Amino acid sequence: MSITTRRRVLQAAAGAIALGLTATLSGCVGGAAQPASDASGTTTLHLVGFAVPKEANNAIQKKFAETPEGKGVVWEESYGASGDQSRAVANGLKADYVNFSLEGDVTRLVKAGLVDTTWKDGPTKGIVSDSVVVIVVPKGNPQGIKCWDDLVKPGIKLITPNPASSGSARWNILAAYQQVIASGGSEADAKAYLTKLFNNVVALPGSGRDATNAFLEGSGNVLISYENEAILARQSGEDFDYIVPNATLKIENPGAVLKDADPKAKAYLDFVLNTAGQEEFVKKGFRPVVKDTPVGTVEGANDPTKPFPVPSKLFTIADLGGWDAVNTKFFEENTGIVPQIQKATGKSQ
Amino acid sequence: MTSSAVTPLVERPDDAPPPAPRGRRRRRRTTDLTPVAGLGLGITMLWFSLLVLIPLLAVVVQASEGGWQAYWEALTSPQTAAALRLTVSQALLVTLVNIVMGTAIAWVLVRDRFWGKQFLEVVIDIPFALPTIVAGLVLLSLYGPSSPLGVDWANTRVAVFLAFLFVTLPFVVRTVQPVLIELEPEVEEAAASLGASRFTTFRTIILPSLAPAITSGAALSFARGISEYGSLVLLSGNLPYSTEVASVRILSYVEGDKLMEAAAVASILLVVALVVIVVLDIISRSVARHG
Repeated sequence: MSITTRRRVLQAAAGAIALGLTATLSGCVGGAAQPASDASGTTTLHLVGFAVPKEANNAIQKKFAETPEGKGVVWEESYGASGDQSRAVANGLKADYVNFSLEGDVTRLVKAGLVDTTWKDGPTKGIVSDSVVVIVVPKGNPQGIKCWDDLVKPGIKLITPNPASSGSARWNILAAYQQVIASGGSEADAKAYLTKLFNNVVALPGSGRDATNAFLEGSGNVLISYENEAILARQSGEDFDYIVPNATLKIENPGAVLKDADPKAKAYLDFVLNTAGQEEFVKKGFRPVVKDTPVGTVEGANDPTKPFPVPSKLFTIADLGGWDAVNTKFFEENTGIVPQIQKATGKSQ
Repeated sequence: MTSSAVTPLVERPDDAPPPAPRGRRRRRRTTDLTPVAGLGLGITMLWFSLLVLIPLLAVVVQASEGGWQAYWEALTSPQTAAALRLTVSQALLVTLVNIVMGTAIAWVLVRDRFWGKQFLEVVIDIPFALPTIVAGLVLLSLYGPSSPLGVDWANTRVAVFLAFLFVTLPFVVRTVQPVLIELEPEVEEAAASLGASRFTTFRTIILPSLAPAITSGAALSFARGISEYGSLVLLSGNLPYSTEVASVRILSYVEGDKLMEAAAVASILLVVALVVIVVLDIISRSVARHG
């Protein structure tokens, strides 16, 4: 008995570790290529995207099916964390149309030769939906939060998704940084602000949704989030307030068609960028990227009839120098501004 | 295997009482396999390779592609080092607690009769069945800011400890339990009738028989602990230098397209796990021999 037990110790333990580790590493999903069209005239399109706009995409697909181009299109979809989804496509997951939360996730596919380098040449520069960084507070705003400066006061317990493990969490940190600059501060001021902000951070959950959940469980009293995430949570019955700061960052989610996709995928992207497609994004709390999109009533917004107040200072990632520059400057391991601030604040705690 | 190289000639108690000491633990007759046994061995090795050996090798190969640089960078990154220290120390602590508590729980489940025992038997396995993210949610509502117990351990190291403890609870219990059931009460009675105190009986009769099972459970528990991620997502806050564990570091490297660094951290965890398992094995042998 003891010999087998001993062997089992090694085998089982090795197995447990292997499973745990490789599961976190692989992120690779196999997908068999299928013939795009069959005899009955239907076309199968593969959509790979981040989880948040799933419902918007589904609504757009329904409308698309009513158009001549969209007739007979059958969808196979995969949703998950944006970075994971992008890596899956790069590793061979079949996709015709991708919808990610960050430009870098499409850039990865361009580097892999799967998406054409011209994907950003359209009128919206490859972006299919917008949002802004907002501040979420408990119902009634007991801390009296009005703007970014209130977040660095003592007693604030801040939650924001982890900028290291969640790419889209980077919007929040960049908004907090750039609003100082937009209000006339220097880079040193912005760094000082960010340091104070991190001193108030009590949790850095894995993703935007995890952060919302941690906040709802009462882990902190302020959450930095995305407007669409706040609206969606309120649509599903969560009870909290959110504030659109005067100075904030515009969030831009890209969509792209793969090089060897069925032509109908391009027609779908065109439809998404149509006002009819954009309307569906609006209903789920995203800001439209096409100017004359009718914005009706958006349930869950602070003011459902005027759902998207325009901040007086709205800056974009381009104002910060684009994603490549931003990633190196702010998030590079050890040398970036954010890891260094985390090092300083982490050790003082 | 590694362990046989450490103490090749050990007398070990056998399954069937009375204990029949065996001189060598392995008979070198590997060529005498019957066709069926050979097929069995073949399937075992294939299965084991596909599921474990090749993925493990892939991790090591991935990590070594960047040469020593990736390892060096991963190790010298203070944030990663802090995460590794936290993960390993908490997993060790949890393993120690499990060795004591798991054995105690197994003992109670096997030796005592009480109301609700059947229920407890089932409940023990819940950490196996529960998706870890749900476990995190449960722990958060129980020990978080809205805790009915009046504590708030969310986003502290206690949360990491609790999460590890929760997901590793069943291992020692479930490995010790069957061995304890098989243990003949007559041997203990004989010891008692010869004047051994309860403690002496436990130390010299019971513990040596349980040692391999406890070790096995402890090793599983440690390995499970260092790879834990899901239950910490909501609970620990992932604060660098404070509550961030190694698996979050790995995920961060992956998100930053630094696969080599991710694999480097993973392979460091592998080495740590291997060392701990070997050490546990040595302790187990020593207890089984001298107990």
